[in-house]
Amino acid sequence: MNEKIKIIAGVAIFAVIFTCPLWINMGKAKEAPVPVLAEKAKAAKACILPKDEMRAKHMKILDGWRNSVVRDGQRIHMVKDADGKEKEYEMSLSNTCLGCHTNKAEFCDKCHSYASVNPYCWDCHVDPNAKKEASL
Amino acid sequence: MKNRREFLKTAGATAVGVSALSGSAFAIGEYFISSKETKPHAEEKTATRWGMVINTKKLNEEVIHEITTACHTKHNVPDCMTFAEPKDPKRKKHHEIKWIWEEHYHNAFAPDVVEYLSKKLEHTPFLVLCNQCQNPPCVQACPTKATFKRPDGIVLMDFHRCIGCRFCMAACPYGSRSFNFQDPRNGLPDRLPTNPAFPTRMKGVVEKCNFCAERLAIGKKPYCEEVSKGAIITGDLGDEHSEIRKLLEENNAITRKSSLGTGPSVFYLV
Repeated sequence: MNEKIKIIAGVAIFAVIFTCPLWINMGKAKEAPVPVLAEKAKAAKACILPKDEMRAKHMKILDGWRNSVVRDGQRIHMVKDADGKEKEYEMSLSNTCLGCHTNKAEFCDKCHSYASVNPYCWDCHVDPNAKKEASL
Repeated sequence: MKNRREFLKTAGATAVGVSALSGSAFAIGEYFISSKETKPHAEEKTATRWGMVINTKKLNEEVIHEITTACHTKHNVPDCMTFAEPKDPKRKKHHEIKWIWEEHYHNAFAPDVVEYLSKKLEHTPFLVLCNQCQNPPCVQACPTKATFKRPDGIVLMDFHRCIGCRFCMAACPYGSRSFNFQDPRNGLPDRLPTNPAFPTRMKGVVEKCNFCAERLAIGKKPYCEEVSKGAIITGDLGDEHSEIRKLLEENNAITRKSSLGTGPSVFYLV
């Protein structure tokens, strides 16, 4: 029973050290970044799906795009817009997505790095707007 | 209480049901856009079997340079000589990536080389590239189905799926495939693609000629044909009235290593 104080102190120290990442960082949480729309994307007003759906499903759509283009030889995605009109989009990350969203750093990378997502799209696919920046 | 026979029946039916649900569209275990929502371009060029005729009589140094440069710059094929590492030019060669290149008759057609060859043939330049085989050994060798044969005969690579095992390179009897031992962007000017509309590849991926599938899809001719001044003609080998079939009927044509039974779709007029 003489060890009671030592045990309690030990447990307390352990608890403090173990939880320190939580309380050291308390209140310092960064605000979730908001993707910035490029002028072209603003002007287009609508993406292929409503904003919320794009936010949730864009990775799945892009996965589907690459498979449908490469494996099935299909190049056009037909989507009904809000008015029920059918619209056609070329399934291309560099040319269609980045054709409107000309600001990859502000639109894609910002959230991806916040969420610690490292998509390997850009190992091969090209940001067509990068060339202009480099030559400036 | 159910007996054993009934249990087995139910289990069997469930197994059949589950496998039917995960239908053929998911055969490679990936997500596709529903075929009801997709279509090809209206101007897409189609064929039952794509093929190519290379008229060696119309090839000269200038045309060959035009063709290889057009193909390589438009597909962001890195130039191994601009790689910073390795420094030794001989070792640089090991990093070479090529889709279409010039080859001597003896190398291109070994071992079916004729012993006492006409002087003319001996000095004829040949352009070699992926043969888009009818029976492609690379497709059989690929463990991930990254290389596959399309219904129109084009042997295409899905770079997304390539794991860089290089079995296809060992299987290809034509040496048509190259491996990216380093980041291919190292071999592009300023590490930027020469054609921003087309992707580059990444380190650890095999690459080869894709018969300009991305061009045919929008109704255009392959780059090599476009700049070849008539030396390269592509067309439908499956259509007996096509220009390419007429050329083959009227001229003497050879293919590379036909004895192997790969069924090359690239023919050489000599």
